[in-house]
Amino acid sequence: MNVTISSTSEKPIYQQLYEQISAQILQGELESGYCLPPIRQAALELGVSVITVKKAWEELERSGLINTVTGKGCFVAEFTPEEMLRIRNEMVLKQMGSDIQYYKSFGLTLEEVTALLGKIY
Amino acid sequence: MLALDVRHLNKKYQNFQLRDVSFQLEQGYIMGFIGVNGAGKTTTIKSILNMIQMDSGEIHILGKNIAEHEMELKQEIGCAFGDVNFYTRSRIKTLTGITKKFYKNWNDDTYYKYLSRFKLDENKKIAELSTGMRVKYSLTLALSHGAKLLILDEPTSGLDPVSRDDLLDIFQELIVGGEISILFSTHITSDLERCADYITFIEQGQIVASAEKNELKESYRLISGSEADLSRVKDRLISYKTNSFGFTGLIHANDIDASVTLDAAIPSLDEIMIYFAKKEGVKEGVYV
Repeated sequence: MNVTISSTSEKPIYQQLYEQISAQILQGELESGYCLPPIRQAALELGVSVITVKKAWEELERSGLINTVTGKGCFVAEFTPEEMLRIRNEMVLKQMGSDIQYYKSFGLTLEEVTALLGKIY
Repeated sequence: MLALDVRHLNKKYQNFQLRDVSFQLEQGYIMGFIGVNGAGKTTTIKSILNMIQMDSGEIHILGKNIAEHEMELKQEIGCAFGDVNFYTRSRIKTLTGITKKFYKNWNDDTYYKYLSRFKLDENKKIAELSTGMRVKYSLTLALSHGAKLLILDEPTSGLDPVSRDDLLDIFQELIVGGEISILFSTHITSDLERCADYITFIEQGQIVASAEKNELKESYRLISGSEADLSRVKDRLISYKTNSFGFTGLIHANDIDASVTLDAAIPSLDEIMIYFAKKEGVKEGVYV
């Protein structure tokens, strides 16, 4: 597991944690059954508050990416390729949603946005 | 369990008043206590420690009322004040020798561990220590008697960035086990951005908010817009500043509705403090 936290980013730290870990799970870098460090230990090592880590772990669990086994810890969940695709799409759509607000603020149409995206993709 | 439960604390001085101060700290977490100079942080802390007599209110520490179990609870509390001046002509060794007699659970190993971590020389006189060193020494004493609740008044204020970082590391190490809780007051909010789980914000002797750090920040928005926009939202703003671009002001997230189409950002703890401090001025028309 590999995370970089930026205290100057506008994104709350728990969200940074959530995004980086979920990306690593979805990209297969963290395999199912991988045991995440305990919340308080992770907070100490990352130099962030306990509640910040707790929130990130809870968010990962809500997305179905990890499972909590009481008394044992948090483990990367097992999922089928279809489930993985669904979770990935949900995440990408969420990101796109906020980007779209930005495009709309300039009054861009879908065609214009697609054309622009085509240029840099 | 609650490590600290402050309920309806009132204390009246001639020119200053703590009004119905209430907040709770759950065991195993770090709470930052913020507010500008003179907001009531030290008075609150001194009341918690029963160092000043409150007019009314109740304080429970680790489930017990401090008024009834003061001697017993003081064994469980470690405290440090940024500005305390010990008997300055004594050596560290001498002062420690006196202090440790008061504590049943004093641990020499812990004491020497922190002494060397903080690079404190036992043979130095207090007068020879820098401000930072004095803070570190009082923390060493607080940590050496197995305290479950640490109450620290501006522990980081006299420290350089490296020592502050080290101190915050120690705070985080201390709470890993989930047994120790820390309340510390500060106005260096970057310390809190890093390690505090909860924030309690006091302003003019009253608690403005006490909540989980992110929730607290997310309950406000910093909005900016033109002067024409200002007239539409003015009544709802906690306070605002104007400049040649228009205005920037702090607003409760709940007070934002569809009519407010302005740029909104989540404020930092500093910004929340700054705009609240301006609040009284707005009411009196100073900033209008």
